[in-house]
Amino acid sequence: MPDPLTKASAPASTPATPVLEMADVRKSFGPVAALRSGTITVHPGSIHALVGENGAGKSTLIKIVAGVHRRDGGTLRFEGRDVDFTSTAESKAAGIAVIYQEPTLFPDLSVTENIFMGRQPLGRGRRIDRAAMLAETRSIFARLGVDIDPKRPALGLSIADQQIIEIAKAISLDARLLIMDEPTAALSGVEVERLFAVARSLRDEGRGLVFISHRFEEVFALCDQVTVMRDGEYVATTAIASTTPDAIVEMMVGREVGELFPKQPATIGEPVLQVEGLSSAGTFRDISFEVRAGEIVGLAGLVGAGRSEIARAVFGVDRYDAGSVRMHGKAVKPRRPRAAIAAGMAFVPEDRRKQGLVVDNSVAHNVAAVIRTKLDKLGLLTTAAENKAVAPWADRLEVKTNALDMAATTMSGGNQQKVVIAKWLATEPELLIIDEPTRGIDVGTKSEVHRLLSDLAGQGLAILMISSELPEVLGMADRVLVVREGEITAELSREQATPEAVMKAATAGHESTGELAPVLPDALLKEVGA
Amino acid sequence: MSASTPTKAPTASGPGTGASAARTYPSYARPAWQRWLLTRETAIIALLVVVLVWANVNVPNFDGPLTVYYLFLDLMPILLIALPMTMIIITGEIDLSVASTVALTSVLTGVLFADAGLSFTMAALAAIAVGALCGAFNGFLVGYVGLPSLAVTIGTLALYRGIAVGLLGTEAKTGFPEEWTDRVKERFGETSYPQVLVVFLVLAVVFAALLHFSGFGRGVYEIGLNDEAARFSGVDVARTKLVLFLLAGAVSGLAGVYYTLRYDLARGDAATGMELQVIAAVLLGGVSIFGGRGALHGVVAGVLLIGVISSAMRLQGETENVTTIVIGLLLVASVVAPRFLAWASGRMPTGAKGPLGRLGRRPSA
Repeated sequence: MPDPLTKASAPASTPATPVLEMADVRKSFGPVAALRSGTITVHPGSIHALVGENGAGKSTLIKIVAGVHRRDGGTLRFEGRDVDFTSTAESKAAGIAVIYQEPTLFPDLSVTENIFMGRQPLGRGRRIDRAAMLAETRSIFARLGVDIDPKRPALGLSIADQQIIEIAKAISLDARLLIMDEPTAALSGVEVERLFAVARSLRDEGRGLVFISHRFEEVFALCDQVTVMRDGEYVATTAIASTTPDAIVEMMVGREVGELFPKQPATIGEPVLQVEGLSSAGTFRDISFEVRAGEIVGLAGLVGAGRSEIARAVFGVDRYDAGSVRMHGKAVKPRRPRAAIAAGMAFVPEDRRKQGLVVDNSVAHNVAAVIRTKLDKLGLLTTAAENKAVAPWADRLEVKTNALDMAATTMSGGNQQKVVIAKWLATEPELLIIDEPTRGIDVGTKSEVHRLLSDLAGQGLAILMISSELPEVLGMADRVLVVREGEITAELSREQATPEAVMKAATAGHESTGELAPVLPDALLKEVGA
Repeated sequence: MSASTPTKAPTASGPGTGASAARTYPSYARPAWQRWLLTRETAIIALLVVVLVWANVNVPNFDGPLTVYYLFLDLMPILLIALPMTMIIITGEIDLSVASTVALTSVLTGVLFADAGLSFTMAALAAIAVGALCGAFNGFLVGYVGLPSLAVTIGTLALYRGIAVGLLGTEAKTGFPEEWTDRVKERFGETSYPQVLVVFLVLAVVFAALLHFSGFGRGVYEIGLNDEAARFSGVDVARTKLVLFLLAGAVSGLAGVYYTLRYDLARGDAATGMELQVIAAVLLGGVSIFGGRGALHGVVAGVLLIGVISSAMRLQGETENVTTIVIGLLLVASVVAPRFLAWASGRMPTGAKGPLGRLGRRPSA
């Protein structure tokens, strides 16, 4: 295998042939145009951010490059040559690697075996040359400046380490284009920094990188250019140095940020939920807060900070070791979602398809899942009674479905989210806990959900909202609680809650959001450059 | 829910008062005949009818009065145990210990009646209670401890059978009161239907109401399809499983008492291998081994289908082995058929696509 170092060590400054050139690439799935004009140009030795709302067409564009989908039209050039990949194997062989949010390694195989899966170097007698494999792995890890035992099994590696393995695999394949699809979503601050250090070293080797992220602070800390997409169309490409997060958000949504999250002022009433000293070993410590009627409290922080875990403990899905949860002053039994529901709680969980819905069940059964205990007549529960109770809620949330017996799995993400919300609103709750209310749903539905939350708060519902999207938290919440490593590090009023203040409390240790400065880059870069 | 607290309900304005014009939702995407006819359950029932008609015409003596009578007498334990087994398999679990529970409760009935001097009623009730306890033990390990039911019930299959054999050794108890042994064989007048069918029918109605017309039953399906989402909706997964295994134990106990009376015999090796007969019938009846799908009427048809085929083949003079092979093939076919139909309908013109493909899908519960 050629040594990628010598091959791709051309200085990044020379205007070389772009690694990737896409112009007006189109792709439709049936009647749905997922990509109308995919346009992006990635130069060697640069990190290119690709941003856009969910449904903007980023994933489709990436999948075309990766050979998962074939384009309907438009130009696709890789290193100056027109290409048309019909499979992922072809794009891999050409020198393109895609690193996904959650890599799928073989847990029982060693790190080295994972890197060389399916293309193990063969020694004499067609036996796998383990020594060569190990040596190659060691040298890649040294170049990346990571310290992972090549012989250990992949099982138990953190997601960050798994991504590093994927990157090592890409390097061993001599990939000149690395696409990272939301790689930081599940990483902690330190892990993000290490990933960035690796990404920078790859850039300095002259490779082209595409970085997809919803986190602007990361985009600004890492990338050189940014391409914005909206509704399947290319919007603009600019140098990071000459733009601002606000300008990018504006391009992404095509309107002013202020209009996006319309929380209307509501009269804040009595405390509904009171949490005191809630602790769970290894997850969160001494969590105390309250949520009042008519109030939206935002729970901000990085993914993995313990926000969802707090919500799950409050709702009784998970256990907690100490502390108390009270609704209207009355203690709620721990470990019993049923008790929480009876006390007036509703919980729209983080993972819609795994936790929020039984996707193979019908819309009616899903919406009626909690209220059905009240629908039986003479002890018998009929589908007719469920349908009757469910229809008005489906209507109120404008769920789009042909019939109430259609399986939820046939619906779009936004519609599924509406079904989950309908299910819980049907219980007429007094507290709504909503974890990532708009993750993975389209822009239109997103603003519908925001309007709905605002309306509900206006009617006196207490809402505890967890969101990783800073604009959402800042736009919707009356009060923001910032969670870092299992502790509430800041409580900010609507006025105090600026992106800087929230990010500072969420990451602490990094002075400002603009510079998630890596801890070890200098030493690393020297090593790589040597 | 807000009914329990008098504070202002935030959604007091009620649903359906949104600004948009109210949209109407049809309850079903397909017409009623399609929903009812194009299901696996209906396919099994149709097959049962076909086999019955064929056997009546072609098999000598099949239409005699005793055929149906003995058919029901023989099938009774399987019919009974299939009811709770259906629900257990729909949650994605399995209970392999039912036949051992039958043996244990049968032996207990014998020991308590013959050796301990209890009245037969008391002995039988105690045995059923022990059956329930056996089931509850399974259910506790599966639901609350979180062990896989396959492993747990393989263990208790051996355990309960071991206790049963240990209690009686090679001995057998016999000489149960005639009023009882006669009662289980009683017929309705001159018809060929045994009176014990009433016990089954009552239980079938109870289980059908529980599975198909109650919130508990909806929870059973949800656990089978996605137990995590079920838990997030307030379904008590552990308790549901405990209840189901307990029911399976209790019904197995009832079947054990029946078994004792039917043959006037209590032995440790009673009902050996019956758990697989029950599971085979449940799967033949359209219940998915992966959970989440199935309906009781299909299962009843599945049990009867197996019974009718065995009975018809016996009357034709075929050996037990041939019957077993035929039923095995039928079971494999019933598992393969939906996939084959789905595959076939995928390659057919659109017109043929729908109905054929739907045979393989789940019925509306």
